[in-house]
Amino acid sequence: MAFINLKDKVIQAKIVYYGPGRCGKTTNLEYIYDKCRLQINSEMVTVKTQGDRTLFFDFFPFDMGKISGYDVKIQLYTVPGQVKYNSTRRLVLKGVDGVVFVADSAADRRNKNIISIKNLEENLKLYNKNIRDIPLVIQYNKRDLAKEGIEILDVETLENDLNAELKVPSFEASAVEGDNVILTLKKIIYDTMSSLEKQLKQEP
Amino acid sequence: MILGQKQLDKIDDVLKENLIGSGVQSVMLIDTAGNVIASINNGNETVDLYSLAALAAANFGAMSCMAKIVGEDEFSLLFHKGEKENIYFCKVNEELLLVNIFNNQISLGFLRLKMSKVVEELVELLAL
Ligand SMILES: Nc1nc2c(ncn2[C@@H]2O[C@H](COP(=O)(O)OP(=O)(O)OP(=O)(O)O)[C@@H](O)[C@H]2O)c(=O)[nH]1
Ligand SMILES: [Mg+2]
Repeated sequence: MAFINLKDKVIQAKIVYYGPGRCGKTTNLEYIYDKCRLQINSEMVTVKTQGDRTLFFDFFPFDMGKISGYDVKIQLYTVPGQVKYNSTRRLVLKGVDGVVFVADSAADRRNKNIISIKNLEENLKLYNKNIRDIPLVIQYNKRDLAKEGIEILDVETLENDLNAELKVPSFEASAVEGDNVILTLKKIIYDTMSSLEKQLKQEP
Repeated sequence: MILGQKQLDKIDDVLKENLIGSGVQSVMLIDTAGNVIASINNGNETVDLYSLAALAAANFGAMSCMAKIVGEDEFSLLFHKGEKENIYFCKVNEELLLVNIFNNQISLGFLRLKMSKVVEELVELLAL
C-alpha cells in the first residue's frame, strides 16, 4: 500500500527483497547502499543477530527524484530468510508494493529456493495479494560461484523451478561483485511504479 | 492510500495544537507498512524520520503478534523510556499509528489524555 501525499507531492512505495536464508538479500542492499549514496539520505537500518543473519529486516529509503512532478521515495527492505523467522518475515511484507525474489544459484540450495517462493506466495495471500499480480522480479544470485568451482544450477533449471508459471523478469547476478544488482533494482522500481500508475487510474 | 492538501493540513493542525503545543518534541503519523504520512516537530529535533517509521511500524507489528500469543487482541499503546527521551506509540486505526518523542518534562498521564483526544480527532478527519 503505497502512500501518496498530494500536498507535498511525495509518493512512498515499499519494495521487499525476499528469498531463502543466506541467498544474498542483505548483500544486495549493502551494494546499493554503497553505490548510490547520493540517493540515500539515511543510515541503513539493520536488525540482525550476532552472526550477521537478518533477524527482522534491513532498510533504507531510496530517493528516485522527481517523476511526473512527484518526489518518489522507495522504501527498500529485506526479510530474514531463515525458515524459523516466518512471523517477522510476514510483518515486513505488510503493505508491500513490489518484490525481488533472490534465489541462490548454488546447486545444494535448489530445494530452499522452491520452499521460499512457496512461502512468499502463502504470506502474500495473508494480505490478500496474489503472487501472480504483484510486481515481481527474480534474481538468480551467486553466479560467480562457478568460477570457484562450486556447482551451480543452470538458468534453465532455475527458471523451471521458480518461474515456469509466473514468467516474470529474471536476471543472473552476483551481489558480492555487484553484477546486475542495480539492473534488478531498476527493473523492480520500474514495474512497481507502472503498477501503481495503473491502480491510480482505476481509482475514482 | 492517497491524502490531499486539505486533509493533510488538518492532520498537521491537530498534531500541532494538541501535541507540539503541549511540549512534545516530535510527532509522526505513520502507516503500518512504515510510510510517513505526516510529521511535525518543535524545530529542535533532528531524527531520521524514515528509519524511525520503519522501525516503529515493525515494532508495533511485533508487539501485536506478541499480544495475540498471550491472548490479548492487542497492546494499544507502547511506551519506551530513556534517560532523556521517551517514545510513545499508539494506534489510530487498523492502518495508522502515532509516534511521539518527548522528554521528561511531560508526564505520561498528561500525554495519554492528549493522545486519546488526538486519536479521536484523527479518526473523524480520516473518515471524511
Ligand atoms: N559468492 C557469492 N557469495 C554471496 C553472494 N551474495 C551473497 N553472498 C554471501 O552469502 C552470505 C549470505 O549473504 P547475506 O546477504 O547475508 O544473505 P541473506 O539473504 O541476507 O541471509 P539472511 O539474512 O539469513 O536471510 C554472505 O557470506 C555473502 O557474502 C554472491 O553473489 N556470490
Ligand atoms: Mg539478510
